[in-house]
Amino acid sequence: MLAVFAAVSPLVAGPGGVLSWGGDAEGGAPFVEADPADPTAVRGFDVEIAEALAKGLGRTPRFVQVAYQTIDQSVARGDFDIGMSGVEDAPQRRRTLAVTLPYFEFREVLAVRAGDEGRFRTLADLRGRKVGTLAGTIAYDTLLAAEAEHALVPVSYDDDVHPYEDLARGRVDAVLLDHVLAARSLKRVRGLAIQPGAVVTGRYVGVLARENAVLRDSIDRILMEKMRDGTLRRIFEKWNVWDEEQAAFQAREIAARGAEDREKKEISSNEKIVAAHGAATRISSSDTAMGDAAAAAGVAPAPPSSLSKQSSSSSSLSLVLSYLPSLFRAALITIFLSCVSMALAVALGIGIASGRIYGGAFARVLLTLYVEVMRGTPVLLQLFVLYYGLSSFLRLPAFVAALLGLGLNYAAYESEIYRGALEAVPRGQLEAARTLGLTERQVLRLVRGPQAFRLALAPMTNDFVALLKDSSLVSVVTVVELTKQTAIFATNIGSWALPGALCAALYLAMSLPLSRLARRLEERWNAPSA
Amino acid sequence: MERSLGLSAPVLSIRGLRLARGTTEVLKGVELALGRGELVALMGLSGGGKTTILRVVAALEPFQAGAIDVDGVPLHPGPMPREGALIGLRRKVGLVFQLHCLFDHLSALDNVTLAPIHALRQPRAEAEARARSLLEGLGVAARSRSLPRELSGGEAQRVAIARALAVDPPLLLMDEPTASLDPARRNELGESLRMLTGQGRTLLLATHDDEFARDYATRVVILFEGAVVEEGPPEEVLVHPKHPATVQLLQSKRKEVPSKRPL
Repeated sequence: MLAVFAAVSPLVAGPGGVLSWGGDAEGGAPFVEADPADPTAVRGFDVEIAEALAKGLGRTPRFVQVAYQTIDQSVARGDFDIGMSGVEDAPQRRRTLAVTLPYFEFREVLAVRAGDEGRFRTLADLRGRKVGTLAGTIAYDTLLAAEAEHALVPVSYDDDVHPYEDLARGRVDAVLLDHVLAARSLKRVRGLAIQPGAVVTGRYVGVLARENAVLRDSIDRILMEKMRDGTLRRIFEKWNVWDEEQAAFQAREIAARGAEDREKKEISSNEKIVAAHGAATRISSSDTAMGDAAAAAGVAPAPPSSLSKQSSSSSSLSLVLSYLPSLFRAALITIFLSCVSMALAVALGIGIASGRIYGGAFARVLLTLYVEVMRGTPVLLQLFVLYYGLSSFLRLPAFVAALLGLGLNYAAYESEIYRGALEAVPRGQLEAARTLGLTERQVLRLVRGPQAFRLALAPMTNDFVALLKDSSLVSVVTVVELTKQTAIFATNIGSWALPGALCAALYLAMSLPLSRLARRLEERWNAPSA
Repeated sequence: MERSLGLSAPVLSIRGLRLARGTTEVLKGVELALGRGELVALMGLSGGGKTTILRVVAALEPFQAGAIDVDGVPLHPGPMPREGALIGLRRKVGLVFQLHCLFDHLSALDNVTLAPIHALRQPRAEAEARARSLLEGLGVAARSRSLPRELSGGEAQRVAIARALAVDPPLLLMDEPTASLDPARRNELGESLRMLTGQGRTLLLATHDDEFARDYATRVVILFEGAVVEEGPPEEVLVHPKHPATVQLLQSKRKEVPSKRPL
């Protein structure tokens, strides 16, 4: 089961082992996106750079899906060797992680509605206005600084699609994000314009765990090779993000590092890498030409879509269909995760409820405390603590952390249901059972438990349906279940309409039969006997 | 009294039983002895402690002082003993609750066989055969597959009696057995109880029903303010009461509705 999401791209390990790299396929093209032709594979410039790095190391690349916001924590706890999907070079990263050479320079650019181009040219023009961006990025830090300076209002988003949609709708008046994201979003959202010139520039880097500094040094060497021999340029050209600024950035990097690396071993030609891994990296030549034109003009690529084949409605149905297998697979993960977590919650819940009714004073206090803490804090926080918080001394696999997190949390709720149900069984029946010579344990097992279970069934079904939906939270610990898969898919095709409907249908297909089964059982228990 | 002591030792003997709940003294030195085959009606005003005596003898409630002996098994004052220490007593005493307290999720037959199978470790077939004959004897064999909620008050009571008898206790306690019965059912119950005493079983009934006591009890015991104030054959005690409390009880009978306080 674990393998399903641990190895999204099923590759045979090379002789030198595996280079596992983490990225967020929800980030989408041109960084990392699920391949429409093969939803189990990913493609994008980060994908190709990772492949080139693996090749240089004599290893086989293996992709690990991780939420963009948690790449740092995941790489630090060893979920993968290197994180790279639009990871910005920021001081706090350098403090806690081993950071590679920058491989791409981006410009934070300001997007506004087409009618506002004259009004909102710079951040200073946006006094008192709302400006959206992605949380935890350099752009966000820039906006926070501007909040003090220009009294604008930063609005943080968890993804890069909604800020632009909200801009078009008028919920925000500008969006500050890097030129790659801006160019991509302008293809999807109509009526927006990008102000020329960068508000600030930044660089994308790979991040490794601190103790992996040796691997980082090897990777730096390979990155420099790929810059010198034009491999990186070819990758960026292919993904339409090569321009003069990029060329200037690479020239500066090469000049800075050139002296120290010159004596190192000769660089072999690497064209074959791209050829070898080109299967998942097709892009139409007309799109490339379009991008080149834009690049030649010295601005971020303008609206005409490099993803036009994806947004044209005629082929969108077949595109959706191509994602169905991965959605079904994700739905299976959701079911498996929910069932096992629920089983854990039920078993623990019974134990907690019994302990609170039959246990000694100390056990009762302890169990009550457990229930109150688990119910009183967000399950999201509990997942974070289990997966990242404990990782320094207990490195739980993602799926186990997800199971435990949901199971431990729901156990608190289940125990309250059982406690209520156990206490609802009439005392007289318990006393009758005692006078008949049944032990307390037998009274619980034969008289109290079975009746309590009948009372608990309806609320339990309710909780299971809730758990089915709450299981979507485990994507924060890098488990890709149905909702996450849908989000990845939606980012890819630039619309939530169809993926959302499909996802909803799958959740309903899982929860409705369960509610029916519970109703049937209740009816059977309430039916007159033969 | 001589009748209760009979030839052998009493099946139930209670001496100096005292019980207080908080500051309220409920039982203040109860003295009572039942010989084999007796059917004793324990009477008294509501709140007089009738039900409490049954609960104490069935080891559902602790008591502070006194001595209880059920067919050779003693019960001591102080906190409730552990369940292991009560196994002997459970075999000696059966209790039929006023509200029957059948197990709602089990059929009549399964209610009766639960204890024989799980407490006495009888084979299921044996337990069921005996349960069927008990239900048969009590006239409810036809309802053995029914769930408690499908039974009438009288049927439920007879199933509850069968359940209590399934572990074959020499002493059977019943709380207000006639409270939910119409006159015809009352007589059926009386005949059933007589049949049980005929088999050598001893019955102690807490009841308000002086007519039932007159017709079926071998002895009537009057409880007043936590102590026995008068006892004797029903035709004496209920026709020529000596104690003012008995007089008051018989006068109030015509007005009072039986206590609904469940066990």
